[in-house]
Amino acid sequence: MNPFEYASADSLDDAVALLREKKGRVRVIAGGTDLIPQMKSGVAEPERLVDLKGIPGLDRVEISAGGLRLGTLVPLTEIASHPGIRESHAALAQGASAAASPQIRNAGTLGGNLCQRPRCWYFRNEDFHCRKKGGSECFALEGENKYHAIFGGDDCCIVHPSDTAPALVACEAEATLRSPRGERRVPLADFFVLPSVDVRWENILAKDEILVSVFAPSPPPGTRASYTKIRERASFDFALASVAAVLTFEGATCTRARIVLGGVAPIPWPCPAAESVLVGHALDDALIAHASNAALEGAAPLSKNRYKVSLTRGIIRRALANLNASKEGT
Amino acid sequence: MLPLMANILGPGKVPLTLEINARRVEVSAEPRATLLEILRDHLDLTGTKNVCEMGECGACTVHLDGVARYACLTLAVEAVGRRVTTIEGLSSANGTLHPLQQAFVEKDGLQCGFCTPGQVMAAAALLAENPSPSHDEIRAAMAGNICRCGAYPKIFEAVAEAAARMKSARQD
Repeated sequence: MNPFEYASADSLDDAVALLREKKGRVRVIAGGTDLIPQMKSGVAEPERLVDLKGIPGLDRVEISAGGLRLGTLVPLTEIASHPGIRESHAALAQGASAAASPQIRNAGTLGGNLCQRPRCWYFRNEDFHCRKKGGSECFALEGENKYHAIFGGDDCCIVHPSDTAPALVACEAEATLRSPRGERRVPLADFFVLPSVDVRWENILAKDEILVSVFAPSPPPGTRASYTKIRERASFDFALASVAAVLTFEGATCTRARIVLGGVAPIPWPCPAAESVLVGHALDDALIAHASNAALEGAAPLSKNRYKVSLTRGIIRRALANLNASKEGT
Repeated sequence: MLPLMANILGPGKVPLTLEINARRVEVSAEPRATLLEILRDHLDLTGTKNVCEMGECGACTVHLDGVARYACLTLAVEAVGRRVTTIEGLSSANGTLHPLQQAFVEKDGLQCGFCTPGQVMAAAALLAENPSPSHDEIRAAMAGNICRCGAYPKIFEAVAEAAARMKSARQD
């Protein structure tokens, strides 16, 4: 690890001022479970770390009639086990519990999970000056790309590694960001950007800006949600593919659907084509198969990840069938 | 520009006061020093093992305020003001083993033993929170600890045995 100075911020004003002072050469630290390995492998070499853990209130979970607000410092363990979150936003709780290992979920925070850098082994290896690090080439496009994108990866075929991001995007969550210029709110879906927009960074955060909290509105009555993740190793691993599905039913009819994929694109990947197949209909096997096929239309697998197409289609089908069955069970 | 109120430490060595196994210790270290480095290289607490150093194996599991954490992914400076417990702090002062340590010995919950301190610390955090875990709960709680020898069945057996003994000790 390179040497750095460590500053513990007492307030958000303090934190953004500390970021601004050495703009671009500072990183915020919360759980540190992604940042510290990045520093150890030489892909992040900040001159200063700004620790957010001393800022009061950023670890708050607030549940109101309108929805769920989570501070950026809420640990993944708490999201996974919180009875209120499991009740109101099951896909999020399941996503948090599917992330990493118990020790990492104890340290890791919501903000860190959403802002973590990709796992691409070329990106994580300091010897490869890839496009994401300012180079001119994406080595994975023609190289070892078993774990890479099947959607949206033309310029840089990383996949977004977060398990909470697909769930929160499916819940139509909104992010609150804070910089020296003030506060802004954006739909979480617009927080993440494709490499074609910014190949160097996976989200819209400015270098002196912090993700402060996320708000997920309460779902309408009759909503069923889940997060389904497939990993190569059962104990703990990143997703080969995952799907967050949030369906609202009135009687047997699906009136609203949000399907967002993880592990297959550089951002949480929404599936509007699949959603529109479902809305307005009672679900049966044929319609569910039709929707999961629609979700994978336009997939562009690379030389070693063609398996992700059928895998993803399969987990969408499984998730939708389970949600439909759970609706019938109530 | 706002006046900066924060205390900026480093990048050179700074004095850190830590609470480790209920004892206050003073060390001098750079902010980049991990808790694992401080435990092993400054304090000779070598029970906490250094294996992958990337948060993937669990050999360096310690407790921070009673919660299982990887010491390799924790900066020492982040541990200031918090209670650190290592495997050395788990047994009683008179040397009596913790029921988990005793159960690992009796049930052969190891082969080479290198991952064992981390396994025991992960299990101790589990039993503190869930005194009667099911087999699946044990497996889930121990998922962040790799055993290169593959002694998992014996490890799970040792954890279940320790849980049962601790439960009956409480009822006596």
